[in-house]
Amino acid sequence: MDSDDDFMSTVSSEDDMLPDDSDNDMSGDDDFAFDDEPDVYIDSQKETGHKKKAAYDISFKVYEPGDITKQQDDLINEVNMILDISKEEAAILLRHFRWNKERLIEDYMDRPVQVLDAAGLAQTAAGPPRMQVVPGFVCDICCEDEPGLQTFALKCGHRYCVDCYRHYLSQKILGEGEAARIQCPAEGCNLIIDARSLDLLVTQDLTERYHELLHRTYVEDKETLKWCPAPDCENAIECAVKKKDLDRVVPTVSCLCGHRFCFGCALNDHQPAPCELVKKWLKKCADDSETANWISANTKECPKCNSTIEKNGGCNHMTCRKCKHEFCWMCMGLWSEHGTSWYNCNRYEEKSGVEARDAQARSRVSLERYLHYYNRYANHEQSARLDKDIYTKTERKMVQLQKESGMSWIEVQYLNSASQALQTCRQTLMWTYAFAFYLARNNLTEIFEDNQKDLEMAVEALSEMFERPITELADSKLKVEIMDKTSYCNKRRVILLEDTAQNLAEGRWTFNVEMTGSGANGGPSSRR
Amino acid sequence: MAGHFAAKRLSKELSKIRSSLPPGIELVSADNFEEWLLDIRVLDNNPLYQNETYRLKFRFASSYPIEPPEVVFVKLPDRPIPIHPHIYSNGIICLDLLGQQGWSPVQNVESVCMSLQSMLTGNSKNERPPGDEEFVRGNRLRPKDIEFYYHDNDV
Repeated sequence: MDSDDDFMSTVSSEDDMLPDDSDNDMSGDDDFAFDDEPDVYIDSQKETGHKKKAAYDISFKVYEPGDITKQQDDLINEVNMILDISKEEAAILLRHFRWNKERLIEDYMDRPVQVLDAAGLAQTAAGPPRMQVVPGFVCDICCEDEPGLQTFALKCGHRYCVDCYRHYLSQKILGEGEAARIQCPAEGCNLIIDARSLDLLVTQDLTERYHELLHRTYVEDKETLKWCPAPDCENAIECAVKKKDLDRVVPTVSCLCGHRFCFGCALNDHQPAPCELVKKWLKKCADDSETANWISANTKECPKCNSTIEKNGGCNHMTCRKCKHEFCWMCMGLWSEHGTSWYNCNRYEEKSGVEARDAQARSRVSLERYLHYYNRYANHEQSARLDKDIYTKTERKMVQLQKESGMSWIEVQYLNSASQALQTCRQTLMWTYAFAFYLARNNLTEIFEDNQKDLEMAVEALSEMFERPITELADSKLKVEIMDKTSYCNKRRVILLEDTAQNLAEGRWTFNVEMTGSGANGGPSSRR
Repeated sequence: MAGHFAAKRLSKELSKIRSSLPPGIELVSADNFEEWLLDIRVLDNNPLYQNETYRLKFRFASSYPIEPPEVVFVKLPDRPIPIHPHIYSNGIICLDLLGQQGWSPVQNVESVCMSLQSMLTGNSKNERPPGDEEFVRGNRLRPKDIEFYYHDNDV
């Protein structure tokens, strides 16, 4: 996978849905209280009732930067009103509770003192901190004692000169990328600097960076939110699928910027393969393990000096180039001991010999199996990359077509749809091969392979049509054929995904590798 | 390379250190505002450190005291590296207050020395940190670039 893949993402989500599909709205569940309700995404699918959702299709919502700010502001305002604390304090509390408003309010009602303490807030009722000149003041950081020195202290009363405070804050913000948990500079004081005090103390550029960092922690703190990984995209996606669900669902989401990615592992769309298999597959492909596999399948070691030897023909009488050791390729024994049966190893059927042969044969079969899947996977990956060129050519073709055939802009859009269908389908096909590599054979895999074959044939047929010269493309008969094939491809893809997703959700696939059940990248599965 | 900010603070610290220091701490050299050497001794009769003096090297960046100084033990013929589960045999010290997270700008050379003194005083384990040998052999990083994992705070 490489960055070229982000190209795949331009496919709009309408293209890969059956006509009876609903759109990707969250089903009215807007208060993010997912933490305490397991499997919400399944429930919410049921709730939609009249709208039938495809099994591979999950609920999600895209938020633009403005939405994200508004969500935070709304929560802050709400807590500010309910608990009668300042907005800055509400924000610090919310961050401390990872934006779980319900738990914050509950805990605060139960034991306000401990909650404030743990969150880094003072309990004094003093007014908001401000800059002050204190007679006889000596700053503990820079030892400055000039009269008229501007000083600042949080509610804890640890007072330092404004200059030192600025140095300290800029070190924290720019140097350490810290924002949500910047503490008072005093040793052992865990009071948190609030946004208002910070704005008072530092310059504009620092404030901007500070708020940007705060903004980031909001999305990162919430398990149901993730940034869109596309370059320069500032949107975040909300999806209720949790880490523990990743062995049963492949949560593919599509950002407003067009990027399609997996909410579970943030990699590009890898349906139908679950995150864990994707991770295993990518690792396998990246590893040298296959080189080792080849070596073990095709070579033996010299019994004396252990040099690796590939036998490329000739008889069983081997003479090691390095150490001149003479041995039998078959039994690996000394050639001199072969006695009368030169050129024919009669020790061939010995138990150890049989075992050695079996091990080698198994290794060879497993290598061939891997290469079967890998070649097809890599082929689709490469074709997808070539699709990038096709896509740019398509635009030119469309303009050309408009000129030559007198068709309108809207009439040539079918080429665009065809190109997009090709890309999405190739992306899916690619991952079907990685998926199939890990499948243990049974009746289900046969259905799967049929689906895979149907999609592959449809894609190749469309790809062939798509590359016809412009004069032929103008023919209305071919246009209809391309449109038919495009929608056929999309349908085949949906059928394949539907089938795999349903079996995955119901745990019916058998894999030939151990599945740990927890998803992609490590870390705690629930953070409370 | 101490900047104006650091220089001012260090000159104040130095004049205070020259006038008085707690027992067991001695200034060896402070010729500039980049590197100071101090000797420390453990005052109680902890058998691990009895009759020994240890040499500390402080290095200050221009951002001192906003950022912590780099503090290591230095080995000399008469100045060994104290044995301690948080002190590597090359003199590098794993102490949270010397890291960015644990450091407070209110700390100073004197307070760091005192913290190290008490870190030694409170220790009863005659051992190096786990993995000392590999660390000392392989480490090319400056102390501030090492991500220490402060697994316990009671030693």
